[in-house]
Amino acid sequence: MTPTPILSAFRQALGEAWAGGAGALLPVGFFAGAAMLVPFGIGHEAAQLREIGPGILWVALALSSLVTMERLFQADLEDGALDLWLQTDAPLSAIAAAKTLAHWLAAGLPLALITPLLGLMLQVPPEDVLPASAAYALGGLAFFFWGGVGAALTATVRRGGLLIALIALPLYVPTAIFGALALQSTASGLPPEALYLAASTLFALAVAPFAMAAALRLAAD
Amino acid sequence: MASALLSATHLAAARGERLLFREVSLSLAPGEALVLRGANGAGKTTLQPHQARLTRPEAGEVHRDGAHHWIAHRTGLKPHETPRQHLQLWARAWGSDEADVDEVLAAMGLARPADLPARLLSAGQRQRTALARLKLQHRPVWLMDEPFSALDVDARKRLENEIEVHCSGGGAVIAAVHGEPGFAVSGEVVL
Repeated sequence: MTPTPILSAFRQALGEAWAGGAGALLPVGFFAGAAMLVPFGIGHEAAQLREIGPGILWVALALSSLVTMERLFQADLEDGALDLWLQTDAPLSAIAAAKTLAHWLAAGLPLALITPLLGLMLQVPPEDVLPASAAYALGGLAFFFWGGVGAALTATVRRGGLLIALIALPLYVPTAIFGALALQSTASGLPPEALYLAASTLFALAVAPFAMAAALRLAAD
Repeated sequence: MASALLSATHLAAARGERLLFREVSLSLAPGEALVLRGANGAGKTTLQPHQARLTRPEAGEVHRDGAHHWIAHRTGLKPHETPRQHLQLWARAWGSDEADVDEVLAAMGLARPADLPARLLSAGQRQRTALARLKLQHRPVWLMDEPFSALDVDARKRLENEIEVHCSGGGAVIAAVHGEPGFAVSGEVVL
């Protein structure tokens, strides 16, 4: 086994994310739009916004992570690239993980990077926004890997976007719980509870690639 | 039999609930070029990934000695990818960095559209790009699904020539072809 096919898959997926204009920025727009609507719907009471702000961002982040997930594996299946990846000597789980990681770098990391801005808008205290965005980056990574499982399972389904949400959202629950827990007290950096969040992300990183590979093998058949 | 690059015994395949073929056996020795025959829908395209051992047949077994190239209908090109990028990517992924992509492009008559994204290429140019992968790395077995379907006369001649050179060098080919194959055929498999 050589690592070169894995690197190639990573590079191709990264290029893919930026091909055809700013497709990778779509989730950012969705995320910002969803977060912006909250003060209009809830009211501009600062204490109330501060109370629910971090939770709202978790929900918006979870939904935004699904925006561009549909094409992650479906495009490879349609244009025949999946067959080529299957014929390399690298394990398919590593290829799938590389593609998902590249997709997260292009579409997921920008989400975490704008959370400080959105947090301030939702009255999160300025000293809390940076530790919080680290938590969002960590949780977002788990969202993308679980979303990747949904994307692999629905690769053969036309307009499978909503199906991905149905499959992935239940898998998001542990990350959402530990994410909310981690943001309860961020006054002096991330609290010990953030370790649970990190653990749930590690779990996703460890398990999701094998689920994606199994689903893609079924799709290729 | 021990010298066969690829052998399949008692293969059967189904598409959905429908049985496409059964009891198909074949063996491919170095230097041989087999032609797969069958009407549309007979299962030629289903058989090839079985031979590549990507998918498992309903019944039967495939033994393969030696690496293969599989040139399928779906070319593997991304819409924004240029032929040059495509060949560079796969040369790198396969660890055949010594392959001269420029030379391969020229040999396939792709020098002119080498830097055009695939969505602007014709079907024939995309097929030429997929076929160019054959030259990135030497692999003894070539599996091809209607490799001539979108090619013009010139490209067809080139490919027929490539196949003959490949076979005379100890390689072997299984190609699904409609009409007259322009290369020396050592056997036919009818589905």
